[in-house]
Amino acid sequence: MPRDTSIRSVLIIGSGPIVIGQACEFDYAGSQAARSLREEGIEVTLINSNPATIMTDPVMADNVYLLPLETESIEEILKKHDIDAVLPTMGGQTALNLCIKCDEMGLWEEYGVKLIGVDIAAIDITENREEFRLLMERIGVPMARQATAKSFLEGKEVAQDFGYPLCIRSSYTLGGAGAAFVHTPEEFEVSLTRGLHLSPIHEVMIDKALLGWKEFELELLRDKNDNVVIICSIENFDPMGIHTGDSITVAPAMTLSDSTYQRMRDMAIKMMRAIGDFAGGCNVQFAVSPDDAEDIYAIEINPRVSRSSALASKATGYPIAKIASKLAIGYNLDELDNQITKTTSAYFEPTLDYVIVKIPRWNFDKFQGADRELGLQMKSVGEVMGIGRSFQEALQKACQSLEVGRNGLGADGKELRDQAAILHSLRRPSWNRLFHIYDAIKLGIPFRTIHEITKIDLWFLKQIEELILLEGEISKFDVSNISRDLLFEAKQKGYADRQIAHLLKCLESEVYNRRDELKINRVYKLVDTCAAEFEAMTPYYYSTFDEENESIKSDKKKIVVLGSGPNRIGQGIEFDYCCVHGVLAAKECGYETIMINCNPETVSTDFDTADKLYFEPVFWEHIFDIIRHEDPVGVIVQLGGQTALKLAEKLERYGIKILGTSYRALDLAEDRGSFSSLLESNNIPFPKFGVVESAEQALELSDDLGFPLLVRPSYVLGGQKMKIVINREDLETHVVNILHDLPGNKILLDHFLDGAIEAEADAICDGKDVYILGIMQHIEPAGIHSGDSFGVLPPYNLGDLIMAQIEEQVKTIAVALETVGLINIQFAIKDDVVYVIEANPRASRTVPFIAKAYREPYVNYATKLMLGEAKVKDFNFKPHKEGYAIKIPVFSYEKFPNVNKELGPEMKSTGEAIRFIKDLKDPYFRKIYSERNLYLSK
Amino acid sequence: MSEMDSNIAYLVLEDGTVFQGVGVGKTGTTSGEIAFNTGMTGYQEIFSDPSYFGQIVIMTTSHIGNYGIHPEEIESDSIKVAGIVCKKFSKVDSRTSSEMTLQEYLVRDGKMGVSDIDTRALVRHIREKGAMNAVISNEIKDVEKLKAMAKEVPSMQGMELASFVSTKSVFDTPGTQPSVKVALLDVGVKLSIIRCLNERGCDVRVFPHDTKADEILSWNPDGIMLSNGPGDPSAMPLVVEQVKALVDSNIPLFGICLGHQLLALSQGLSTEKMFNGHRGINHPIKNLLTGKCEITSQNHGFVVSQESLKGNANMEMTHVHLNDQTVAGIQHKSKPVFSVQYHPEASAGPHDSRYLFDQFVALIKEHKNQPVA
Repeated sequence: MPRDTSIRSVLIIGSGPIVIGQACEFDYAGSQAARSLREEGIEVTLINSNPATIMTDPVMADNVYLLPLETESIEEILKKHDIDAVLPTMGGQTALNLCIKCDEMGLWEEYGVKLIGVDIAAIDITENREEFRLLMERIGVPMARQATAKSFLEGKEVAQDFGYPLCIRSSYTLGGAGAAFVHTPEEFEVSLTRGLHLSPIHEVMIDKALLGWKEFELELLRDKNDNVVIICSIENFDPMGIHTGDSITVAPAMTLSDSTYQRMRDMAIKMMRAIGDFAGGCNVQFAVSPDDAEDIYAIEINPRVSRSSALASKATGYPIAKIASKLAIGYNLDELDNQITKTTSAYFEPTLDYVIVKIPRWNFDKFQGADRELGLQMKSVGEVMGIGRSFQEALQKACQSLEVGRNGLGADGKELRDQAAILHSLRRPSWNRLFHIYDAIKLGIPFRTIHEITKIDLWFLKQIEELILLEGEISKFDVSNISRDLLFEAKQKGYADRQIAHLLKCLESEVYNRRDELKINRVYKLVDTCAAEFEAMTPYYYSTFDEENESIKSDKKKIVVLGSGPNRIGQGIEFDYCCVHGVLAAKECGYETIMINCNPETVSTDFDTADKLYFEPVFWEHIFDIIRHEDPVGVIVQLGGQTALKLAEKLERYGIKILGTSYRALDLAEDRGSFSSLLESNNIPFPKFGVVESAEQALELSDDLGFPLLVRPSYVLGGQKMKIVINREDLETHVVNILHDLPGNKILLDHFLDGAIEAEADAICDGKDVYILGIMQHIEPAGIHSGDSFGVLPPYNLGDLIMAQIEEQVKTIAVALETVGLINIQFAIKDDVVYVIEANPRASRTVPFIAKAYREPYVNYATKLMLGEAKVKDFNFKPHKEGYAIKIPVFSYEKFPNVNKELGPEMKSTGEAIRFIKDLKDPYFRKIYSERNLYLSK
Repeated sequence: MSEMDSNIAYLVLEDGTVFQGVGVGKTGTTSGEIAFNTGMTGYQEIFSDPSYFGQIVIMTTSHIGNYGIHPEEIESDSIKVAGIVCKKFSKVDSRTSSEMTLQEYLVRDGKMGVSDIDTRALVRHIREKGAMNAVISNEIKDVEKLKAMAKEVPSMQGMELASFVSTKSVFDTPGTQPSVKVALLDVGVKLSIIRCLNERGCDVRVFPHDTKADEILSWNPDGIMLSNGPGDPSAMPLVVEQVKALVDSNIPLFGICLGHQLLALSQGLSTEKMFNGHRGINHPIKNLLTGKCEITSQNHGFVVSQESLKGNANMEMTHVHLNDQTVAGIQHKSKPVFSVQYHPEASAGPHDSRYLFDQFVALIKEHKNQPVA
């Protein structure tokens, strides 16, 4: 069937602020959907309250609404536009839930809006676990024993019937909120109470736990003609018991025979057909018994684009959201082209000749007191994906992408050797279990023990063992006498030069030179959906060590944009927004653009974004090799957050041009001493401060500065380990603490301006002229991290004198730092004096917010400045200034029930929303403003 | 010492291209046409599939051997491929029902292979240059000698291979609820085809490739199955003649892969060698009669010529390959006779096309109930 021509205008619902369990994968999905529909000449209207998204950019849709995801907003849109259909499958559970609410209110019917991509019955049945179980029973798909309970008593009865261990989840929630794994009646009672409370319909589902079963996921697409394809099979390295969002996952499935895989495929198709008759995508999860029977049990099915489908799209090259959107408007799969080859059919199942490994990224350090054990509830804040020609290579590359201070898996002298601690970690998995499995094997803990505790498939464990054996081999040599074959094997297995250097006891550069001498060079292979069977037209590459290089260097002038790596608190989707705009701006200026990033959830790693995508760790060795291969005119480091910025020093050292603000200036801004001298010489006030390297020095300095003091390590992200201390004792403890975790760090002590008002400004500068993009005033007083504060654009009660000071200071600092590109400056205002707290000559979290609020392409402008293609005076600024825009921080505390929710200088929010108000009489503003007093009274 | 230099093996293509890797399986040298299979699962089924007889198969997926060898997941009694080429060869397996490792399986059947090859470069090379012959060896280290050997390998074109893999004598496999008798002409049958028929209540009698039509018909079958198999169908004129007689008997007939090609030839169609064959478990097919699509398992290097189908009085196209529009299925315009180029029995591969066996059995039953004209 060709496309349904009655659909001329579609509403796409976004997923709102980033929370744990729902991150920027939905920006990727929504952006693809919008693009896919607009290609068909359909008018696209978008609603999302998250301003840091690409999908809400004016270039993405015809009408963009940055409104709260509430039925009122939907009705407002429906009144204004003649919407033919709504596509709710691109915005996660949030969008589906909103869609159901609107349906219940009769909104869709009232406005003649057709639901596409899914149907209400399908959403209902997949979320109503009891109904779902009955349906599965009817179609002969086995599931673990399950029952629902709507009261405490009912729950207790089920537990008695099933016996422990049990798994308990609340109905209609995100990312497994309220889900727990219980072994004892005591644990059960606590979880039952919480689960009932968290569920909007006060219902929990109790399952017999399939402990230690292998876990798999399939991604499906179906068209109106009921043709179904499986896009990807994903195997969880961590067996049942750990939420799939918190599991290390591998594609394609590594330990599944064809017979079992095909049974699973049949079941998945049967399930999708059973839940409803709609054209779109589904994600199905299965458990497989690790015995001869290989029983397959269904766990759940999600009738929408998911985190896993974003991963599957990046893993295979098959753009699921893009195709799902086409299917939603009536196309059949066999009427569409494979987007990668452009010559073969979209109706096919991608095949991989490489392996991908996804590792989640956690941020437990931000949640003091959080239960760090992984389980049924998702706790990670982001993820990385490594691509390699083998599982081992992909695993090492994923570990190198994590930015957790490791150079990969093992061979960095950081292993744990305490047997009891290792065994504890294997039993109670947390973020570092993978590393501890390595440690366990290395220490000689028997395989049987490791397998019995973790239930991880022996094949995976053996792969890690092989790595350890290889390391043993390598250690017998030094850099001058290691053979080419052995070095080649290490590189093929994903070892970084740094890891090999550790084993050979030499410098990273020596390993690099040695392999250069032996001609062991990276080659680049294509992700092409078809294992090279057909020629591919898309420039999506990964590196490996093999014979043939497929990435042909063009002779165009080109630039590299460094991405921001995995999402984490303090560095999230905002930077992906900036990277994407940087790429688009450079393209506009005629450059060939090269994107390097390793975060599968992002738009920047969509093969449609840059001219060339290298899906690689944002890790020095990989970047340097790409730069050597491509020979770009320069590298943009300002857009990819701290991840990209911290590579500036090495780029400078290797003589690679940094586009925009120079490394010297970047370093100067980061170095408190030099920066303060700069402020001093420009007569700009700043809080009294000092730099210390020991607790002794700190105590001495505190006499001089006076309490309260703001204590923070240098070169960190999102206020990590930043704390306000009020006495000598606290100061001593905290400094010792920092030095324990970050040995050799230079710690900054600032006199804390108690009760001050905070503000921040973003500006662009061409080295001479400065344009202030916007100034935001925080609602909370100083002491709360800017990322966690409500912010108002423009300031709501700063006087002219203050504003003038801020503007003057921004201009002075930007020019003094010879900024070319973006700069963000934070201020504290007390007694009519404006103090500068810090300056970051890079894109900040607030840039996308200001760009959205003022409807101006600021990152585009900034990139043109960095490239030297334009000057500030070339731009015709026309900010749309109407009322105020409030930045609302959003937290994911429900995932961490025991965490101290009190805000402080360390950032804890996972996302943000935007809310526009006409004036300060707005009730929402008045409400949050009144809460400010809470902080002042503390 | 690294594993690389302990067991060097070479792959040498007919055009002189050399790849160096690591030897797996037994020590030896082997030759054949080189073909790539893009399936990510099913190495066991593929290696024991008689259609691969005489071929060196490149597995494009990164790892093989991971789940060992299951005693029942085989398509014939032994490994049929001439040799294997792969990226990562797993010496360890992790399936509880596995009875041996892939390495042990290769050694048991006296087969060898080369691992740690840049299979992607190799596939790209073959994709550009077309199907060709090759030699693999982990005993001969003289590359020039291997090059000379590669040139000597006879071309697959015009090669009859069915006789090497067909049963030598007739045998019976009872169905679950015998009510239907199916005669299967074995030109290299995969066990799954027999299983699919048995599961649907068919009693299957398997006849050797050189059985005369009269002999088959004298058993009074209710249906006739032409199996898959290796080699060039145009090199099998004697079998084609028998197939023609079988078609003329008006008994329902179903052909798979080589069987499909033999049926085509018997009805005046022609076959041709493909530049690159279809081998994998993700091939898109559209059923032109129903408009529905199916993901299929495929393994063929020859194809029925679309040109020859034009104006043919007897046969019409029923299925088309969506990637290159080649002929994937045909049926007789007036007789209960049909065939497909792909593998509805799957193994390895998806079960989307198993309906064709149902269709065959339904056709048989329908035909049985009709008075003989």
